[in-house]
Amino acid sequence: MKTPARVWIGFALIGVCLAALPFALAYYGTAWVRIANFAVLYVLLALGLNIVVGFAGLLDLGYIAFYAVGAYVYALLASPHFNIHLPFWVILPIGALVAAFFGILLGAPTLKLRGDYLAIVTLGFGEIIRIFLNNLSRPVNITNGPQGITRIDPFHLGAFDFSSRDNLLGLELSGPIKYYFLLVAITLGVIVVNIRLQNSRIGRAWEAIREDEIAARAMGINTRNLKLLAFAMGASFGGLAGGMFSAMQGFISPESFVLVESIMVVAMVVLGGMGNIWGVVLGAILLSFVPEILRYTVGADVQARLFGRSLIDPEVIRMLLFGLAMVVMMLFRPAGILPSAVRKRELTRPTE
Amino acid sequence: MSDAAPVPAAASILEVRGVGKRFGGLVALSGVSFSIREGEIYGLIGPNGAGKTTLFNVLTGIYPKDEGEILFRGDPLRNPSPDRVATLGIARTFQNIRLFANLSAVENVMIGRHVRTRAGVFGAVLRTPATRAEERAIEKRAHELLEYVGIADRGNELAKHLSYGDQRRLEIARALATDPRLLALDEPAAGMNATEKVELRALLDSIRKDGVTLLIIEHDVRLVMGLCDRVLVLDYGRNIAEGVPKAIQKDPRVIEAYLGTGHATPPG
Repeated sequence: MKTPARVWIGFALIGVCLAALPFALAYYGTAWVRIANFAVLYVLLALGLNIVVGFAGLLDLGYIAFYAVGAYVYALLASPHFNIHLPFWVILPIGALVAAFFGILLGAPTLKLRGDYLAIVTLGFGEIIRIFLNNLSRPVNITNGPQGITRIDPFHLGAFDFSSRDNLLGLELSGPIKYYFLLVAITLGVIVVNIRLQNSRIGRAWEAIREDEIAARAMGINTRNLKLLAFAMGASFGGLAGGMFSAMQGFISPESFVLVESIMVVAMVVLGGMGNIWGVVLGAILLSFVPEILRYTVGADVQARLFGRSLIDPEVIRMLLFGLAMVVMMLFRPAGILPSAVRKRELTRPTE
Repeated sequence: MSDAAPVPAAASILEVRGVGKRFGGLVALSGVSFSIREGEIYGLIGPNGAGKTTLFNVLTGIYPKDEGEILFRGDPLRNPSPDRVATLGIARTFQNIRLFANLSAVENVMIGRHVRTRAGVFGAVLRTPATRAEERAIEKRAHELLEYVGIADRGNELAKHLSYGDQRRLEIARALATDPRLLALDEPAAGMNATEKVELRALLDSIRKDGVTLLIIEHDVRLVMGLCDRVLVLDYGRNIAEGVPKAIQKDPRVIEAYLGTGHATPPG
């Protein structure tokens, strides 16, 4: 099981690219760095959902609720709203834990449900959380209702503030670039956790549940605990992402946590390749970047050059093309761009 | 409960007393009683719909029983969950093979080790030395078991790509991975050709030699008669006869259950 040198070289190259990326993007405008940050945030979300959907096979359409929980935990503990200002490295674990608790809260009543039934219940759960956030402003103002929470603290470590501009070794570090590096570091950590979980006793038990729950139980797998564990693990990554989102935006409201967001994350997991960590990462990056790229390429000026005037609202055509791409994708690669190892193994003969 | 409870002679591993199971108005099992001795091969036969698989499902906790009592190694099983049953030491296979079809053969067996291993989330994420040692042991044992059932060269193939006979063997290997004291096989020879049946018989004999008690549902009368020490016959959810194969073959109630009244020739 020695890792060959070329693998390490590969890792090094990816590392260099990841490090250089934000500076290259900053050349085109800080907006692109922000887009990259959101892409990484979605990678984090998709990886969390992948544990529930990809590993354990439990379709969760309310996943964004955990993101919301994490975001609100951060916002409440680091803003003038309650006048609490805890440091981010204290709040992020709290947010992940609270989200995990909500994961168990969702998991416990749905243990006997599968497939479409589970999907509907989770969908309802996601909406419940959002409606709560919208209405928990009276009689006691907890979430500040639809107005949301403003002036949320950015991350800072001592004097190092993630929202301000700095110069480090001659490199100009804007706020989004700093967040980028933090996000990438956390995401790499989460990827390692995912890989190790997948190739472990726990990961195999999840696979067994996904494949055949009755057989899994007959093999002595406590499906109740392992399903709850999947929900809790997935939710905690969602909570982590939510805290990051809160700090980066400085403002959150229930509007950021609508159903479409849940669907988007599910789409990332499915498009990339359910159960394959790298596929899910790729799916999240593609689905975050492509719509933004389309925004510029099919914009009004391109249409004006082609047809002499702007025919269709760019916003509409953008989502139209995006939807078309998804349909084509699912027709030709139903298992995702990078199918999971399980499906890949089907195509290759054993070499023994 | 007193500790002076009489231990039955010839230590019985499984004791079933008056077990009943209803599905709505349908009585699937009623007053079924028998006891399996440590180390024997116990056959369970009966016409289609007699309740054999229902009895298996009750024994392994998939269905709760409605009445009666089941004792495993002297302790009563009070409608435990299937995973609890496996933990206690009863493993099973399924009539309509239930492998983890999209996983490789060796992964199937590795999953069977779940119940006898301990690594949790933290062990898995931190890859502690203990977890790594355990992983190696799991993989080693899985390969040993594949070898044991005779499909060592198929380890990397997906379970669903194995031949029917090999799938049955893999199910046995997966069940053995849970270190059972009692192995319950639901029609292990179904769909096997004559050669495979001979091999299966040798395999079951060696499993018994290794100290595992076997409970077998089987339709192949030759196999049952040749292999089993004792046989229980179920019909319409009741036990109608129990005994050594020779006696069972001649039992008029058994002949009637299989062939209807008015026949004189024994089955098989």
